[in-house]
Amino acid sequence: MARIGVFTCWCGENIARNVDVQSVAEQAAHLPGVRCSRVHKYMCSDPGQKLIRDTIAAEQLDGVVIASCSPHMHLKTFRKAAEHTGLNPYLVEMANIREHCSWVHPERARATAKAVDLIRVAVAKVRHNRALEPIQVPVTRKALVIGGGVAGIQAALDIADAGVPVTLVEREPSIGGKMAGLSETFPTLDCSQCILTPRMVEVAQHPNITLYTCSEVEQVAGYVGNFQVTIRKRARYIDIDKCTGCGQCWNVCPSKKTPSEFDYGLGTRTAIYAPFPQAVPARPVIDRDACLRLTKGRCGLCVKKCQAGAIRFEDQDELVGENVGAIIVATGYQLYEIGKPGEPGRIAGYGEYGYGRYPDVISSLQFERLVSASGPTGGEIRRPSDGAIPKTVVFISCVGSRDNAKGLSYCSKICCMVNAKHTMLYKHKVHDGQAHVFYMDIRAGGKNYDEFVRRAIEQDGAHYHRGRVSKITQEDGRLIVRGVDTLAGEPLTIAADLVVLAAAMRPAAGVEELAQKVNVSYDEFGFLCESHPKLRPVETNAAGVFVCGACQGPKDIPESVTQASAAAGKVLLMFSRDRLYREPEIAHVQESACAGCFTCRRGCPYHAIDSAEIRDRQGQLVRRVARVNPGLCMGCGTCVALCLSKSIDLEGSSEQQVYAMVESLR
Amino acid sequence: MEIGYYPGCALHGSSNDYEMSVRACLAALGVRLRELDDWICCGATAAHSLNRKLAVALPARNLGLAERDGMHEVLAPCPMCSMQLMKARCLLSADAALQDEISAIVEVEVRGTTRICNLIQIFQQVGYERIRDAAVQRLEACRPACYYGCLLTRPPGVVQFDDCEHPTSMETLLSELGAAPVEWNYKTECCGAGMTMANEATILELGHRILSNAAAHGANCLVVACPMCHVNLDMKQAAVNQRFAAAHDMVVYYLSDLVGLALGLAPAALGIPRHFVVRK
Repeated sequence: MARIGVFTCWCGENIARNVDVQSVAEQAAHLPGVRCSRVHKYMCSDPGQKLIRDTIAAEQLDGVVIASCSPHMHLKTFRKAAEHTGLNPYLVEMANIREHCSWVHPERARATAKAVDLIRVAVAKVRHNRALEPIQVPVTRKALVIGGGVAGIQAALDIADAGVPVTLVEREPSIGGKMAGLSETFPTLDCSQCILTPRMVEVAQHPNITLYTCSEVEQVAGYVGNFQVTIRKRARYIDIDKCTGCGQCWNVCPSKKTPSEFDYGLGTRTAIYAPFPQAVPARPVIDRDACLRLTKGRCGLCVKKCQAGAIRFEDQDELVGENVGAIIVATGYQLYEIGKPGEPGRIAGYGEYGYGRYPDVISSLQFERLVSASGPTGGEIRRPSDGAIPKTVVFISCVGSRDNAKGLSYCSKICCMVNAKHTMLYKHKVHDGQAHVFYMDIRAGGKNYDEFVRRAIEQDGAHYHRGRVSKITQEDGRLIVRGVDTLAGEPLTIAADLVVLAAAMRPAAGVEELAQKVNVSYDEFGFLCESHPKLRPVETNAAGVFVCGACQGPKDIPESVTQASAAAGKVLLMFSRDRLYREPEIAHVQESACAGCFTCRRGCPYHAIDSAEIRDRQGQLVRRVARVNPGLCMGCGTCVALCLSKSIDLEGSSEQQVYAMVESLR
Repeated sequence: MEIGYYPGCALHGSSNDYEMSVRACLAALGVRLRELDDWICCGATAAHSLNRKLAVALPARNLGLAERDGMHEVLAPCPMCSMQLMKARCLLSADAALQDEISAIVEVEVRGTTRICNLIQIFQQVGYERIRDAAVQRLEACRPACYYGCLLTRPPGVVQFDDCEHPTSMETLLSELGAAPVEWNYKTECCGAGMTMANEATILELGHRILSNAAAHGANCLVVACPMCHVNLDMKQAAVNQRFAAAHDMVVYYLSDLVGLALGLAPAALGIPRHFVVRK
């Protein structure tokens, strides 16, 4: 005979406003198997939890139903409370009478009746609950960080400083990411390279960090605590151990016309090149598409010059295996492609701004290179077309951002600050120049951020115009920027020498393929999804995989670094125990009934179903059956629905329980 | 290929040179036009600035006639007509209640199933490659400034045609035929449209800007796909010259004129000699 306690919560007014809590509790007391029924104004509060604990002990309950909010909110809280009294936590269930009832049903009588039904269902379920023990899995105390921008660097250093080995994988020839190409950073105007490059060197020298550049994650197998990662090291054509980074090779390279990726095409580079002077590792790489030796079999000047004998044209891609316990994805962002057709169904955006047609219409990352001392102009602001110093510069916000018709609906968050910074840097270098900014709103939320924007306007004299630009044309060598000042209520035309477009932030190319490899979901724009926007911001729905930086959503440097440290903290927390404990509410295959069709395996979003061999006593293979990997299974139940022979069941939501729940409503 | 044809008021009136051109050009490409029987006005600016229901009902009746006659697609060479028809179709196809209401008003069953296309879209359907292969004359000396005006690409959500702010479909077609379209600044600016009746000063100024910019960028002709644009830039060119003491001598072609010439049709067959500005 069941001894179930029902605990109904008022949730202040949240539930009590539309549900007669007292009446619900009285009706619940008469449900089959219910021993007692209690109410509390805030069941999740300390006295509320005490009520639960005391009642469990006093009434010797063997099942508990909490009728309150969503289990996403407080199931863990209540299970923990029950556990304190010695009751197995998996004998606690919740009836969601808030989100599923009081918040959506204004009619009190019917809402009350529904609340009773929800409790009835939960009671029917808990009668069939089994005591479960958490699953234990061993953990490999080693982390993988994907992406070597500022977020990846911070995460790798934090973990490595705690004494845990880290593998850092970077696609480009150097770590440093977008930040390495910035001139100064807001809101303090400190030099980006000065603050970042020491951290990059630290990565290279850290005994706990293994750095792979020119490398990508090829494959991820395994599960939380026990991932097997395959990394593709692309051929660099340089032996980085022999190379001294002297630079003789790129000085003699005759192939000089490739647009520099680091300068966003504003300058050129040779075929053998170091992406920038402070690159880490400070070693060159050969661009196989530009190198005359690799494309046409000619040349080889660099080999003759190299005294270290470090050049290896025979280099091949190499696959390296690594076992890690946790993965941090920090793949960062790229800019929205201005004027290029977007994904199918989206209208190509901002062709009317002439980006790509007019050389003096550039993106904000290109402007960073024009201002940077390591840039193509040595830090002098000279426009790309003729090298003249621009006397009027127009900065346009929200190019691609916040625009459902042409671009992306979200705010890219950093552009308002970037524009303010750019107007200041411009004014500090071109004293007689005038900066104009077209903006929708100024979003400068952050410590010292709004003050920074005010400084740009009040001290450095930037003219801010609230409105959009409709078109940019070129007439007599000047860019005619036509827009509107919506505060003045009139059209505005500015003849400019240079136009800088603050293009929207998008997740880096290829992030979707990577997300599929690590089983992390992503939103319609390709940003990776955290498992809870407020309370689990760096965790993902794949256990053991964490996210940080702009791959999760637009963010600036301080935020990326904060999130990176948070992700590192979560990894270290995971590694602080020898074994990991996972929720036991997962699928199980009844192997005697399994027909081995593996429909479940094809449907499993977490790749959690393996093929197991059943052998007889002589060791002969009898048949193959599906087997759930408890380390990977997330308990979603897809396999249960797919199983043709009905031989899979889900702990905590078994078929028996589901039928009992439905039956209880008859 | 046969397609429904909705001329609208302009092509049967002031811009019958456009109709000549469209008919001759499409016939040469093997496109048969089947004129919608008993068509009525699309409502144009007048209807949609006065009465929302009227603005749907007028084009909806034409859509209903097309459905009745089993036309899957209708060409409306005037962009005002095509936009109004497309807009009505958009609203109707998403709203069953509106279908019933409007059907009762216009006394024709209308569901919004017939597709509407503009002149450029017909050429796209025929295929730029097929047109190029059918052409007998390369438009070598032609440096057109392609002028889309305001309606061909707008509103983008309704017409869903090309990049609304920076269209390139006419340029692509004419390049295929050997012309060298110029890059210029005014291809989606307003010509003043119907303001030509009420406020001539405005349209003269707009026309002057458009013609000047086209010439400044090296164009030797303008290409339009709209009767209203043609009126304001061709017929009014003399008035522009007088008003601004300018010497514009810019031939304004319909897109079908140039395609027709490339296909080897005589200018007279396309109605070109009836334009106001004529190449001597």
